[in-house]
Amino acid sequence: MEGTAEPASTRRPLGRPPLPWLKPGVVAGAAFPAASLALRAASGTLGANPIAETLNQLGLAALVLLVASLACTPARLLFGWTWPLRIRRELGLLAVAYASIHVLVYVVLDQAANLAAIAEDVAERPFITAGAAAFVLLLPLAYTSTNASVRRLGFARWQRLHRLAYAAAALAALHFLWRVKVDVTQPLLYAAILAALLAVRIIVRRSRRQGNTRAGEG
Amino acid sequence: MGTAPRDQVTPEGVYLHRRELLKNGLYAAGTALAVGSGMTWLVGKAPPPDAPELPALAGYQAAAAPYTVAEALTSYHDVTTYNNFYEFGVDKEDPARNAHTLRTKPWPIQIDGEVAKPQAVDAETLAGWFTVEERIYRMRCVEAWSMVIPWLGFPLRDLIARVEPTAKAKYVEFTSLADPEQMPGVRHRVLPWPYVEGLRMDEAQHPLSLIAVGLYGKVLPNQSGAPLRLVVPWKYGFKGAKSIVRIRFTEAQPKTTWAVVAPSEYGFYANVNPAVSHPRWSQATERRIGELGRRPTLPFNGYGEVADLYKGIDPRTLY
Ligand code: HEM
Repeated sequence: MEGTAEPASTRRPLGRPPLPWLKPGVVAGAAFPAASLALRAASGTLGANPIAETLNQLGLAALVLLVASLACTPARLLFGWTWPLRIRRELGLLAVAYASIHVLVYVVLDQAANLAAIAEDVAERPFITAGAAAFVLLLPLAYTSTNASVRRLGFARWQRLHRLAYAAAALAALHFLWRVKVDVTQPLLYAAILAALLAVRIIVRRSRRQGNTRAGEG
Repeated sequence: MGTAPRDQVTPEGVYLHRRELLKNGLYAAGTALAVGSGMTWLVGKAPPPDAPELPALAGYQAAAAPYTVAEALTSYHDVTTYNNFYEFGVDKEDPARNAHTLRTKPWPIQIDGEVAKPQAVDAETLAGWFTVEERIYRMRCVEAWSMVIPWLGFPLRDLIARVEPTAKAKYVEFTSLADPEQMPGVRHRVLPWPYVEGLRMDEAQHPLSLIAVGLYGKVLPNQSGAPLRLVVPWKYGFKGAKSIVRIRFTEAQPKTTWAVVAPSEYGFYANVNPAVSHPRWSQATERRIGELGRRPTLPFNGYGEVADLYKGIDPRTLY
């Protein structure tokens, strides 16, 4: 049943209320870390190295939201929940928004738009290379996140394209892992969650396919 | 009187609509609060800790050339709340939060190895042997940030002269305390404890090499390596062993912690070298804590007078 991964907005499960409060609530809640960063930057309470602190919080927020967006389909496969699918696109776009501010702060504040230094970082620092690759993969996904894009590409191609979200998240986790000096607990935790989410998809799909085949043989 | 005028009665449809709006508004606010708290818990951070309040150190010589730099000092708050001291946690603010459990009195220090006068001496007694002076040094962390710190201490060479190393002594090794009772970070094996650092004998005897016992005119804060730490201003900050419990003179090069953990990333010399970048940080520039922009990193952190120590050594290996 391939149609199960259809984008939330194109389906409207019968007999369920549309939960009009869900999207605005999630979007407003996801803006908390950005708002808190802005307040603390304004009041000078981001600590001794405010640029590093801002970069880290924005990057982590992007990763958290990306993982959350990838948890929506497994949540339906495992628990039959459909409400996460309604906010999947918003979670993905919020992740890209945080990643974009993260990259912007890096380029403008951290590197003072010194293109030579940035090019050297991307080419020579493996952790930056991974982050940049993750970011580059996220951009076409944000661009094709509309219903019109789903129609234009056709659902199967759109879906194949959007599987890149897993690659982007894996690269972001790698970016995090390679950045850390010694205590790799947190990046490994995110990597493990990603692996588990992917495993749920693969296992459920496989067992369904087997189930279908057997039914056919019967 | 019992019935309201017709135009004040809310039509049922509008009433239900308002109720619906109110309900949705409350649900949206609740969702925002839940998502916002969750995200803040995952990515946010507590406000920075306060700077410690410590007694002043009396009777030291004020900083004088050539042991001072004409650059703005990093604030006492930043110097004492932004530290790498993994024995108290890997977060920069962990040492300031956790180091209050360190007991610095008494503090026996073992001096041994290739030395004429091996001994165990208390940190306070040891510090009492020397005149304490102020030295304003740049401190360059391998993570590409830097500070300017007014240390109080005495030249390491004075200590070396006093304990009389033998002719076999080619290196000095410094070992930091590793007590899981006092140091919560030591309960996790993020590094092979105890932390070990070392210098070549001629580096240790260079007049710039300092044993610090204070900063900013006060007793050394625990998070900065109380009661006694090493400061070698032309090397990356991690060479400055903190809370030293053992000073050993050796013939063989000491197995220093970071060089053991990641030999391709951290060398024994660890001289500040803008020409050799770390896989995670370009070493060409640095951010001075308290400033937003970056400034170029200077060879030997601006202490070019030590260059003579490394004549004949390939500068690309000096990281
Ligand atoms: C061109 C792309 C990117 C660049 C140049 C970049 C750069 C950086 C830098 C310099 C840091 C370390 C900050 C510091 O400690 O000084 C960092 C941390 C981080 N970044 Fe990125 N990043 C990029 C893309 C991304 C993306 C797409 C994500 C996630 C979706 C991400 C997630 C993170 C995370 C999770 C951290 C570590 C947070 C922590 O340690 O708490 N980054 N990034």
